[in-house]
Amino acid sequence: MDDNPIEQFRNMKLPQVPLKSVITGVVSLVAVFTLFSTVYQVEPEEVGVVLRFGQYSRTTNPGLHFKLPFVEAMTRVPVQRQLSQDFGFQTASSNARNGLAGQQRRVPEEAVMLTGDLNVAVVEWIVQYRVADPRQYLFEVRNLEETFHDMTEAVMREAVGDRTVTEVVTIGRQDIESTVEARLQELVNQYQMGLTIDQVVLQDVNPPDPVRPSWDEVSQAQQQRDRLINEALAEYNAVIPRARGEAQQAILQAEGYALDRVNRAQGEGSRFSTIHAAYRQAPVVTRQRMYLETMQQILPQVGRKVFVAEDSTDVLSLLSLDGGARATTATLTDTTERTRGNQ
Amino acid sequence: MNRNLQILVALALGVGILLMTSVYTVTEIDQVIITRFGEPISDPITRPGLHLKTPFVDKVNRFEKRFLEWDGVPNQVPTRDRRFIFVDTYARWRIVDPLRYLETLQGSEITAQSRLADILDGETRNAVARHNLIEIVRTSNRQPADTTINIQEVQETLEVISTGREEITREILKAATAAVSEYGIELLDLKFKRINYVPEVQQDVFARMIAERQRIAEEFRSEGQGESARIQGERERDLAQIQSEAFREAEELRGTADAEATQIYAEAYGRDEEFYAFTKSLETYQRTMDSSTTFILNTDSELLRFLEQPR
Repeated sequence: MDDNPIEQFRNMKLPQVPLKSVITGVVSLVAVFTLFSTVYQVEPEEVGVVLRFGQYSRTTNPGLHFKLPFVEAMTRVPVQRQLSQDFGFQTASSNARNGLAGQQRRVPEEAVMLTGDLNVAVVEWIVQYRVADPRQYLFEVRNLEETFHDMTEAVMREAVGDRTVTEVVTIGRQDIESTVEARLQELVNQYQMGLTIDQVVLQDVNPPDPVRPSWDEVSQAQQQRDRLINEALAEYNAVIPRARGEAQQAILQAEGYALDRVNRAQGEGSRFSTIHAAYRQAPVVTRQRMYLETMQQILPQVGRKVFVAEDSTDVLSLLSLDGGARATTATLTDTTERTRGNQ
Repeated sequence: MNRNLQILVALALGVGILLMTSVYTVTEIDQVIITRFGEPISDPITRPGLHLKTPFVDKVNRFEKRFLEWDGVPNQVPTRDRRFIFVDTYARWRIVDPLRYLETLQGSEITAQSRLADILDGETRNAVARHNLIEIVRTSNRQPADTTINIQEVQETLEVISTGREEITREILKAATAAVSEYGIELLDLKFKRINYVPEVQQDVFARMIAERQRIAEEFRSEGQGESARIQGERERDLAQIQSEAFREAEELRGTADAEATQIYAEAYGRDEEFYAFTKSLETYQRTMDSSTTFILNTDSELLRFLEQPR
């Protein structure tokens, strides 16, 4: 033995391992590895795309499958899963590192856009899509998700750029959604991205924050207008139908008056005619009778009766006695005179 | 025996290395140019699969076959109507002539991206400066839909454009296509991703938007008051109409009835005017005389003439 370390190494006693077990170990290791690169499973929502030496070979459906080890490679594509991208905001689930699940973070540079009347709107939306053609999805476009994101932003701004800010914020939502959806699908087909757009959904669509109070003022003013109009209409409705009814009432009352008047006239007229016809039979005696009958009726009711001699002239002195200026005084002299004269 | 095994292993290793260096794969996503001592010796190989080459001397240069992205940085650009905006564009491109691409850009994508940026940013700047802002924002002359705000006084209109966003991007694309073709690059499309006002302008725009909203709010208030006054006037007019019409009709009815009654009376009483006066007088006496009446009768009267001297 010398001190040369090489000599020492050479003379070191290796542990005695039988050659046979070494070969068995290596062979079984290789066998296991080969098995793992031969068998693969495709989950229900995916398909497996198999490449042989980098060349597309086949697409396999869910289930257990075999491929050639080492020369074939398999990529899974989730064709059934609905994928989605957020614009103008990010949900924490897509950015799980910070652990704030469900919380949203605004991305204003994506959301702020110009409208067709050169105003500014803040639009947030999501796009849901699916892989329709796994081959195109894998092989036609690099950084597909990013490209898709850029495209969608451009298409949304195109749509918003053709609308007034009022339209965008109020009634244009559905119109924008369907326009963007159609245009996006068109571009996806043009780029051969192998995607289908399921839907475009607008989330919060607002005027920019500094402008918002004035928008609220508009809706307030709108409500104020509606209130004023409604109040005026209410007042109108409170007065006019009633006036119509009252007008009807006045007319009906007049009709009543008219009926009354005419009927009375007819009644009195026919009474007179009847009496007159009878009177004509014996005018003198009837006249006498009527006069005396009337007197008979009147005189018992009269409070004071004063009989004056034919030649008495001082009637007034008599009257002053009772001092009753309030009393009705009837002097029959003239009447009798006239009555008599008319006979 | 031991020695033979060693030779066998060495031989296998040698063959293995030789094989490894004389085959290469082309995948679905790339294309290859073989260079021998730096000299391209073949057309681009785009067919995916296993291919052969001369070992050691041939070098495989891979290029992307897919559509590639180019994402511009926001540029501050003035439009023709002197408005300063940030323009952010993106483009899709691909390598159509790898040989050219290799020769002109040494096959470096970083170089390609910066060449694209130079060309596209320049063309975008030119195009934007040639057009008014509205042309860049709008695509078509679509008419705005009726919003609830579109009362007659507050009609919102969109300015009419002659070129439009899509046409402008097409112009940029056309100009850039010629410039990039020398690099073996094809541009597929270019779009304005974002167009925004620069911050100072943005403040002005916000102020204008606020003023615009306030104007609309005023219109609403004024419309409300006006409409309310109109309805009030309508109410007063309708009321006057209803009441006066009713009055007229009632008076007409009364008048007609009065006339008819008068005619009836005249006809009946006219047969004997004197008798009418007699009976009506008697009737009146009956009605007017009561307990408060002092009745002075001359003994000469029709009633009392028998009192003094019964004949």
